[in-house]
Amino acid sequence: MREKKELSYLDSVHRDGKIWSFTLLALIFLFPLLLCVIFQAVPNWSALGKGLIATVPMYWAVGLIEVITYVPMLGAGGTYLSFVTGNISNLKLPVALDAMEKAEVKSNSEEGEIISTIAIATSSIVTTIIVIIGVILIIPLTPILENPVLDPAFAQMLPALFGGLGVVFVSKNWKLAIAPIILMLILFVTIPALNAGTVGIMVPVGVVFTIIVARIMYKKGLL
Amino acid sequence: MTFDVNHPIIYIIVSIIIATVLAQSFYFLIRAYRRALAKGMDKSVLKKTIISSAVFTIAPAISILVGVLSLSKSLGVAVPWLRLSVIGSLSYEMIAANNAMSGFGETLGKEVTDPGIFVTILWVMTIGILLGLILTPLLTKKIQNGMIKLEKSDAKWREIFNNAMFLGMISAFLGFVFCDVYRLWSSENGIFTTIEKNDQGIEEVVQYTSTSGLVPVLVMIVSALIMVLCGVLMKKLKWKWLNDYALPISMVLGMASAIPITAWLGGVIA
Repeated sequence: MREKKELSYLDSVHRDGKIWSFTLLALIFLFPLLLCVIFQAVPNWSALGKGLIATVPMYWAVGLIEVITYVPMLGAGGTYLSFVTGNISNLKLPVALDAMEKAEVKSNSEEGEIISTIAIATSSIVTTIIVIIGVILIIPLTPILENPVLDPAFAQMLPALFGGLGVVFVSKNWKLAIAPIILMLILFVTIPALNAGTVGIMVPVGVVFTIIVARIMYKKGLL
Repeated sequence: MTFDVNHPIIYIIVSIIIATVLAQSFYFLIRAYRRALAKGMDKSVLKKTIISSAVFTIAPAISILVGVLSLSKSLGVAVPWLRLSVIGSLSYEMIAANNAMSGFGETLGKEVTDPGIFVTILWVMTIGILLGLILTPLLTKKIQNGMIKLEKSDAKWREIFNNAMFLGMISAFLGFVFCDVYRLWSSENGIFTTIEKNDQGIEEVVQYTSTSGLVPVLVMIVSALIMVLCGVLMKKLKWKWLNDYALPISMVLGMASAIPITAWLGGVIA
């Protein structure tokens, strides 16, 4: 009986998630179309073509990789929310990980699904509201936020985030963490092409490598 | 209608879309919360999850706001507001906008006044990142079912598998922190010279100090040490409340430490 009930919650999340995703997909796609109609503007087809050729191959490949990599980590509700509001690796996933860690729930349980959804939904709401407030107060806020003194702080957000998060996860699984950290250090230090723009591509590399290492260590009884 | 990047009608449409985004978040939040209560999960755990997720989000959200400001100079406020509230990121939107502009043989710098150019940029930004949102409703359930099958085999392996996924992700970002360390040995007379695209998509020569690549490394170490300190304080002084704020505290103090560290080790040389 209980098993059946749990399935139905997850199934309803998938059903509603699909409806929301398609609705927002339509709205996001309609936006440029509406502006074309309202301002009677036609895109410049050759510039549009060139722009798309330069953008789509890279970012659609990243999109495919992201869906496959992040869905298992975000859970169902978290996925439907995160792929609408974005900022997955630098905000939504760390928020969900931290919340599941503190609530002491496993990401593959229904409790994990619930906590991850609550964390990501809260984070999306707070982000959206802060940006709304910022847009309303844009004139008084501009000189503060664009103060060059603060530039280095915003530039170093990712190292500051993953320093703290790294301590939590590495200390709990240090045996398993050694190999992937060494691999990534070597790759990022020796290959100059790996930088902020390409770190997203290295995430699935790190994930697959760590799973393989984990499997070997598990089979050998090292974990 | 006469076009203007800050035309009220653009704000109205953007507000409607963002209201829908908010509605989706509230919908899933309430659904999950109710389900948690029905399952008998502890209310205080749920409350803590909400509070600490909200606190954690403040600093990253402000940095997203900074992104809206920097794009607003060419595209007005409404479009960056929408684009950075939905899928994408500042770096993506910059690249997409510049790719569209280069089709006109121009660069993104001053305010766009031609509606044709404006909608062209907007189409490139929109379509360029749409795949994730198209694929999630189609693939999420399939991927999850695949995971469930994979996990059914062995309970212990299931837990290790999950930890391995998260560690793999974290290790990629820890590696990324070291991505500019090579400037130390690729510099001449303490100056590292490279060619980069600026905000307008124009390639230009940029010079960094050779030690600039160590800035993110030190920031990460500061943040990690503060996290360790939080852990010690929680254990020794029984400050349990600190648990909810340890991550945002270490992140914000890490970011703050970037200001003196950058002043010390240098960054871009003008």
